[in-house]
Amino acid sequence: MAHAAHRSGEGPSLKFSALSVFFQGLRGNRDWPAQWRSPAPKSAYDAIIVGAGGHGLATAYYMAKEHGMRNIAVLDKGWLGGGNTGRNTTIVRSNYLWEESARIYEHAMRLWQDLSHELNYNVMYSPRGVMMLAHNHHDVQVFKRHVHANRLAGIDNEWLTAEEAKAFCPLLNIGRDIRYPVIGAALQRRGGTARHDAVAWGYARGADRYGVDIIENCEVVGIRRDAGGAVAGVETTRGFIATRRIGVVAAGHTSVVMAMAGVRMPLESYPLQALVSEPVKPMLNCVVMSNTVHAYMSQSDKGELVIGAGTDAYTSYSQTGGLHITLQTLDAICELFPAVRRMRMLRNWGGIVDVTPDRSPIIGKTPTPGLFVNCGWGTGGFKATPGSGHVFAHTVATGEPHPIAAPFTLDRFRTGRLIDEAAAAAVAH
Amino acid sequence: MLLIHCPYCDAARPELEFRYGGEAHVARPADPATVSDEAWAQYLYFRANPRGLHAERWRHIHGCGRFFNALRDTVSDRFVAVYEAGAPRPDAAETKR
Repeated sequence: MAHAAHRSGEGPSLKFSALSVFFQGLRGNRDWPAQWRSPAPKSAYDAIIVGAGGHGLATAYYMAKEHGMRNIAVLDKGWLGGGNTGRNTTIVRSNYLWEESARIYEHAMRLWQDLSHELNYNVMYSPRGVMMLAHNHHDVQVFKRHVHANRLAGIDNEWLTAEEAKAFCPLLNIGRDIRYPVIGAALQRRGGTARHDAVAWGYARGADRYGVDIIENCEVVGIRRDAGGAVAGVETTRGFIATRRIGVVAAGHTSVVMAMAGVRMPLESYPLQALVSEPVKPMLNCVVMSNTVHAYMSQSDKGELVIGAGTDAYTSYSQTGGLHITLQTLDAICELFPAVRRMRMLRNWGGIVDVTPDRSPIIGKTPTPGLFVNCGWGTGGFKATPGSGHVFAHTVATGEPHPIAAPFTLDRFRTGRLIDEAAAAAVAH
Repeated sequence: MLLIHCPYCDAARPELEFRYGGEAHVARPADPATVSDEAWAQYLYFRANPRGLHAERWRHIHGCGRFFNALRDTVSDRFVAVYEAGAPRPDAAETKR
């Protein structure tokens, strides 16, 4: 059976190794097999994940791998990894303020460290250091508080003076005469970047090898419930699919999907923009973030400068954003890195991010039996991808939240037990 | 950048003159002490966040300074109607152009 060969690691899904790369190279790279199947939807699954981004694919992967669920599907209205997974600025870090946040982001960080090996897929995790710049007295106080909180939690984060920041990142302008002078910085050395597309592809390939059906171009247009109110299946553009468990991992479109089951969410969706420059020789050795001026930048291995800008002021599903938002970011970038002033920007784009009132995610059960949700990662979900998928897989598979995910309930907005990274992280996170 | 029509100034102005105020017609419970936690959470945090027509508040902060409401399509970002604060949400069919 083609399927069996597929899973045994022979035939269609060749493992990546130095040897396979060498031999495929000799043959002009023409004979690489497809990395995952493209199956038609079955009439029923044990569980369905809505949204084939990094978080959704990771969820399916861990459900199959750690919870033995093989009869599951991941549905996406477009192509896998085509939403925020393909649109973010690829930054990975775990230096959040509150214990609950630190725990989940650190959980992700530990998974990042071994992810390429785990997936047999090079996700290009590069712990090159994430440096967050302080521009005023308030920034200094907030960042030092973060540094202390992180170190108490056993997470590396250190305070640098402006001169030390310059020594770590020579391109940085620490002149005192700029609009937002650099007073100091918080540095997480284990932070860095990972290749966003490879994360989605690696999880897709991994999930597929366990028999998970990844079904693209299959938009969920309704959620059917039984007489008792529990989920009974999803209506899609490719027909009805029965299931008793649905995990919604739809990022910016979560409110839309949840409304199909009559569940209102504490979410607002905003366009968040990013852009890349023309590729140049290696010039920037780390990730630099500035929350105050709302700009962050790193250099991809291809040589492009990857720049993150801010969100628009208003909710929107347009996947674009106002040019003035980008220009404000570029003004700041040009001051902080005068060397990039004459570079040309190649592309800019927007993704729709689902923002919660406390800027912390929602991972767990909903009032509708069988309906689970993993959302609210806002402007900073990429870094959490492996951890988010890992804990949400537990939630969907067992019906109860993973201990790390337990504080991130939907119910916290009723009880008032918010995890307020909004005040803690200012805007960018 | 959006071009927004202020119903008080009766003029189209660039978005930078305005501040976004979130979903419109979210009424504060008249007597907060008597509402349930669930209802209070709905008022404070839960939002429609629709893909499509959205009734929302804007404030012409660098102009007349006043609040008004607008109906905007959140996919195209096109404004369908603007109306004064306190006025009911216009019927979507009426505002089709």
